[in-house]
Amino acid sequence: MNKIEIRQVSKNFGDTTALDKVSVDILPEKIYGLLGRNGAGKSTLLNVISNRIFADNGAVLVDGVKSAENDKALSKVYLMSEKNYYPEDMKVKEIFKWTKEFYGNFDTEKAYQLSELFGLNVKQRSSKLSTGYASIFKIILALCLDIPYIFLDEPVLGLDANHREMFYKLLLESYAEKPRTFVISTHLIEEISSLIEDVIIIKNGKVIKDCSSEELLSSGYTVSGAAEVVDAFTKGKEVIGADMLGGLKSAYVIGTADKSQVLDGLEITKLDMQKLFIQLTNS
Amino acid sequence: MKLDTESTKPIFQQISDEIEDAVFTGAFKEETQVPSTTEISAMFKINPATVLKGMNQLVDTGILYKKRGLGMFVAKGAAEKVRQNRQNNFLETYVKPMIEEAEKLNLSKDEIVGLVERGYKYE
Repeated sequence: MNKIEIRQVSKNFGDTTALDKVSVDILPEKIYGLLGRNGAGKSTLLNVISNRIFADNGAVLVDGVKSAENDKALSKVYLMSEKNYYPEDMKVKEIFKWTKEFYGNFDTEKAYQLSELFGLNVKQRSSKLSTGYASIFKIILALCLDIPYIFLDEPVLGLDANHREMFYKLLLESYAEKPRTFVISTHLIEEISSLIEDVIIIKNGKVIKDCSSEELLSSGYTVSGAAEVVDAFTKGKEVIGADMLGGLKSAYVIGTADKSQVLDGLEITKLDMQKLFIQLTNS
Repeated sequence: MKLDTESTKPIFQQISDEIEDAVFTGAFKEETQVPSTTEISAMFKINPATVLKGMNQLVDTGILYKKRGLGMFVAKGAAEKVRQNRQNNFLETYVKPMIEEAEKLNLSKDEIVGLVERGYKYE
């Protein structure tokens, strides 16, 4: 019973279908990657789960309880989104205090430690933070909360490579210390591909993949070599895309490569998550 | 320890292989504790479930063992066990691929044997 169940959720904005009968489960104590192209419906889904917007149809159940307008269910869910809903003149440290009062399970001491680690000025007004520091501020809020379901919408927006590394490391340490669910929505797929346990891919408001990251990565392979040899090999197989370079071809194939069938001069390599994602979400 | 995300070898297998290698070289000594899943996970930014899968594989083969509440330890005789396994797999891992490549290059059996002997001379 402990899970978030998204049941047949649909949402339209005027003529645009943002979510089309989405059904997916978010299980406890797991790290998810929520992937989709711009406008695929990721943020809409996250906003529906956290009750910031209402679904036209369907329901979201948090540990068996309908979440819409239910404070107890919603107190188990935190969404860190791009938009900031705090009063403009509120300082970072005041928001820490407020979050502690609202959620209870907020580690204020750790929030101050992390602020120092990232070089975030807690006396700064939250509305005056740069894009990078606004992300850092929200990451700190999310990592210091001990609640079961934490959703991170574009957590590394504007962060430099050093700060992104720090975030991934802190996330894993925080997860090990207090296992809880993190759902990360990001465009930097390769950076999180081995960090996440499960992956959910959304395309045009529909869930097109919902499986373990390992399963997704082993679902296909790349075969490269002379174009005509590659074509002969891939005949009758499910090819989801290809790249050409002169007479050399790389084909992206769904399935497992039968090593005994591999002809001379062909090379079989892994299909990385980003390549798979691009091929699966190209319209 | 290093991991190759480009490799076709799954990450959990790489973790398993790297720990095994550290046991073999003595970097992780017998009857001592190996780094925790959390340490490895945070260091390489890998999901802890993946790390655990790799470690459990070594528990199954008797290279590591679990101490309840403490973590994973290197089993007694583990290094020798790894050596035995590698000796047993030497034909599959090294000799067969070498013969395959040699055949592609039209090298005869005598020529390969000659090259192996030459290799020893450079030792």
